[in-house]
Amino acid sequence: MTTTKLDIQAIRDQFPILSQKVNGYPLVYLDNAASNQKPKAVIDAISNYYETTHSNVHRGVHYLSQRATEAFEHGRETMAKFVNARHVNEIVFTSGTTDSINLVAQTWARKFLKEGDEIILSHLEHHSNIVPWQMACEEKGAIIKVIPINEKGELDQEAYRALLSAKTKLVAVNHVSNALGTVNPIKQMAADAHAVGAVFLADGAQATAHVALDVQDLDCDFYTISGHKMYGPTGIGILYGKLDLLNAMPPWRGGGEMIKSVSFEGTTYNELPHKFEAGTPHIEGVIALAAAAQWMMDLGIEAMAAHEDHLLHLATEGLKTIDGLKLIGTADNKASVVSFVVEGVHPFDIGSLLDQMGIAVRTGHHCTEPLMNLLCIPGTVRASFSVYNTEEEVEKLIAGVKKACSMLL
Amino acid sequence: MSKVEERQTEIVEEFSFFEDWMQKYEHIIELGKDVEVIADEYKTEDNIIKGCQSQVWLHAERNDQGNVIFTADSDAIITKGLVGLIIRVLSDLPPKEIVNADLHFIDEIGLHDHLSATRSNGLAAMIKQMKIYGLAFTGQTA
Repeated sequence: MTTTKLDIQAIRDQFPILSQKVNGYPLVYLDNAASNQKPKAVIDAISNYYETTHSNVHRGVHYLSQRATEAFEHGRETMAKFVNARHVNEIVFTSGTTDSINLVAQTWARKFLKEGDEIILSHLEHHSNIVPWQMACEEKGAIIKVIPINEKGELDQEAYRALLSAKTKLVAVNHVSNALGTVNPIKQMAADAHAVGAVFLADGAQATAHVALDVQDLDCDFYTISGHKMYGPTGIGILYGKLDLLNAMPPWRGGGEMIKSVSFEGTTYNELPHKFEAGTPHIEGVIALAAAAQWMMDLGIEAMAAHEDHLLHLATEGLKTIDGLKLIGTADNKASVVSFVVEGVHPFDIGSLLDQMGIAVRTGHHCTEPLMNLLCIPGTVRASFSVYNTEEEVEKLIAGVKKACSMLL
Repeated sequence: MSKVEERQTEIVEEFSFFEDWMQKYEHIIELGKDVEVIADEYKTEDNIIKGCQSQVWLHAERNDQGNVIFTADSDAIITKGLVGLIIRVLSDLPPKEIVNADLHFIDEIGLHDHLSATRSNGLAAMIKQMKIYGLAFTGQTA
């Protein structure tokens, strides 16, 4: 596929936060996998909403309430388009991926899991795709099985297929690993899960900013997204779920919005998607998330990914030339993340010195303690790229790591 | 001037000679290499102060004069250097002085960020733990 080459400087200019200096140096922001920065289009969507449209949604007869409801539900339509859902009601707004996974664990799993059933996770998972399942399994007496990884940090597909059985009720893996950047073949994995009658959930937190999504093509039953990792605000995300599954799931949180009628004798619940959205929603979050999704679609997600792949390649090749540096995660298919350790140096020390040079990276276990324990490392230094990063910034990273190593060793 | 103040003033003066962050951090890294590390027998799970990135081991005992002697270690060298500085200020003091110590030198040498990031390197938790030791030893006879 041919992709348009993006004008990175013009894109960069849309991000006010990037023009600042940190510790006397121009900010080099390479902690995008933790949260990326917001373009003016998103920031303006929030202030415009409060300046012109704010009111509570879904209940008022008055002008502003109707405008706010339209903008809010337009956000749902945009997100349905963004992931290519079959139906707009397959989009449930949550506070983010963690909330989305907990929703499935607290409703679907609590209703359908039985003692002795199995859930398959992988060794690459973020704590938020482990702990909610442990909580559900503990309550229901179900068992967690874990897909191992190979030396490149890819999921062992053969081992995965061997774990699948009639006992498997759900498979939950990330689309892209936040710690290593591995892109997992979730389309095939979903098909394998379906072959034994299991439901497939993809944790898309790390993928959304880098991969053009088509949940129908991937055939995931659930897909979870965090807004703040895709140029949108914090505190908002979505749970995509297939209509029949969402319909079969009981509501979770009770309150306003999620009911049809309430009496002390009994309450009837609202229909999708509102039955999962109790209380006044994060209205400006939804509107700004939709602005972020639209901004990405306008730029072209393939073109964004092509630029990030180029930066990832430059960074990988440059870092490899540093003595004692070991890349952690060398999967054939990676997105946006380069993770590494340097022999004899603690990741925290490298991160601290890079920070002095105005370079923001993430160090530590990246909320993947089981993975770090498996690799026998306390953590890694992780640089991760977004569309606004430049080749020059990658060069600064490499020079910065070299300087840090020369000071520390 | 109290011992705590004297020691802090000395450290602030020592750091005032550095012209840029690199010299400052090189000094901290050197200090990290010189820290009198905790004896292996005390490098136990009980003595760990966990940060989410680096961790610190801290041990306290009293000497013949009744002063508290701290030894420590960290898996990250910058953290270890900072641990060394904190120990320089708080070790070998009567328990009461440790409890009452007001540590302002970290701000003054421009390393406040390392303390405010309480979750990441365990330093703030370490200072708290040192004061708890001070408190526990207060009132005990040497």
